[in-house]
Amino acid sequence: MNSVVCIAQVPDTEARIKIAAGGRQIDESGLKFIVSPYDEYALEEAIRLKDSKGGDVTVVSFGPDRVQQALRECLARGATRALHIKGDVAAADSLGIARVLAAAIRSIPHDFVFFGKQGVGTDNSLVGPMAAELLGYPQINIVTHIEYGEGKVTAHREIEGAEEVIEAALPAVITAQKGLNEPRYASLKGIMAAKKIAIETKSVADLGLQDSDIFNQRVTIVSLELPPEKSGGRKIDGADAAAAAKEIVKYIREEAKAL
Amino acid sequence: MAGVLVFCETKDGRLKKASREALTLARKLAAAAGGDVAGFATERQVAPDAGAFGAKTLYVANAGAYNSETYAAAMQAAVARMQPAIVLFGGTANGRDLAPRLAARLNAGVASDVDRLEWSNGTLRARRPVYSGKALATVDVSGSPAIATTRPNAFPAEQAGATAASIVEITAPAESKAKLVETKTPEAGELSIAEADIIVAGGRGLKEAANFSLIRDLAHALGGAVGASRATVDAGWIDHQHQVGQTGRVVSPNLYIAVGISGAIQHLAGMSSSKHIVAINKDPEAPIFRVADLGVVGDLFQVVPALTAEVKKAKTQ
Repeated sequence: MNSVVCIAQVPDTEARIKIAAGGRQIDESGLKFIVSPYDEYALEEAIRLKDSKGGDVTVVSFGPDRVQQALRECLARGATRALHIKGDVAAADSLGIARVLAAAIRSIPHDFVFFGKQGVGTDNSLVGPMAAELLGYPQINIVTHIEYGEGKVTAHREIEGAEEVIEAALPAVITAQKGLNEPRYASLKGIMAAKKIAIETKSVADLGLQDSDIFNQRVTIVSLELPPEKSGGRKIDGADAAAAAKEIVKYIREEAKAL
Repeated sequence: MAGVLVFCETKDGRLKKASREALTLARKLAAAAGGDVAGFATERQVAPDAGAFGAKTLYVANAGAYNSETYAAAMQAAVARMQPAIVLFGGTANGRDLAPRLAARLNAGVASDVDRLEWSNGTLRARRPVYSGKALATVDVSGSPAIATTRPNAFPAEQAGATAASIVEITAPAESKAKLVETKTPEAGELSIAEADIIVAGGRGLKEAANFSLIRDLAHALGGAVGASRATVDAGWIDHQHQVGQTGRVVSPNLYIAVGISGAIQHLAGMSSSKHIVAINKDPEAPIFRVADLGVVGDLFQVVPALTAEVKKAKTQ
């Protein structure tokens, strides 16, 4: 069973976000980048599948040179191949990114395509299903549990207050939710082994795509700003629990109008 | 190209709240962009409901249970028929599953999870929280149709009238490589934080898993959903479906009560757009108080049971 795992490199979730001059992008200076957390669940699933059934795990990322660091991290955890599509990912919208990844995926033998359920930061949750449509594959989105069958996969998909069990023919696109598994850390042995694997690089043109297919954005950022700072409201002493409870109920009733 | 097409999602034969919100928003957009509001549904019986929230026409496909491939094909047929300028989806699991699939078929742009949306100079302009609400992006979606998914609770639903939408049947290919095997509802009657108007959330201050019963009791008394901080989910006290914040869910209910949550940056990002925020915490310096409209500095083990009792009392009055 061969898998492709699509990786987005994103700002550390602990990081404070600053807006760059021009007001359309975040300031990347001094920012630590990580593998998007949901992609870690996707990668872990693919590594476990490889460990039980054999095959390759190819990690793919579209972006500037710094994404090689994310790919290297994935190799250290157990991915067997890595492909870096060089390009200004920030200048493409989700459909442009999905086109690049779909073309890259076609160039790699695979039974499964894994994504994280969203790239943390841009928070669009679009690229996985878009790639599935472009590839003509079924999708199972926001997955918390997977069972592998002959030529098919059965996965649990999170919906509001319930879970759907979906069966899909292979190849299929699966997007991973937290809870799918417990991602491993890279071992020292893994880190050493990863150093011996060359990261393959390709351009958008190498994939047979035109820049106009990718960078003709339908969705453009007009401005990016920080949310208004909240100053905090009234603070009361809760030493007298009964009195505090009355005060909260008054607030819920009169301000929130929720009682 | 005119008008707005809305994905009218149903549950037990009724229009989902997120779809009512999207229809309400669609009326405002149609007033600016021209054309009518129409719905796309897979059940005929929602025509009166869709009409009440502003749909003049309801495109109905006999597509059965939700399936991303068959629904995308059917909705594409509805788009071809109507030629809308805008297509809207309520930001439910299915809405967010379907919108990108349809967009890829139509070569259209999508603004996800928007909390403001307007038609300005022939372009759909959206505001959407990014970095889990640590920043706000304003984006333009060009091309036709322009697609958006709306953040639940961001656009209040308002009824428009009482005329049922007129039905137009849509036929579309029903092939899919995936099928629904079953739906599992694990905890009966438990509300999802995604669409809840009221969320009571617990943090590490609860000290152990069993004490989440305090949160459940209060949530139950208020008719709200149970939320949780990342620390409690990572500790295995509660399922991830309840997690609020980055790597959990970004929520904006009418009322958010944070109990024993100090307020890590990822958590604040996920809930600070809630309309009314109450925090109960023993540490007066806890960052959660910076976003709380009403902060109670006290022992949650005393305050929460008292509050639950007081809420129950208020409800019977």
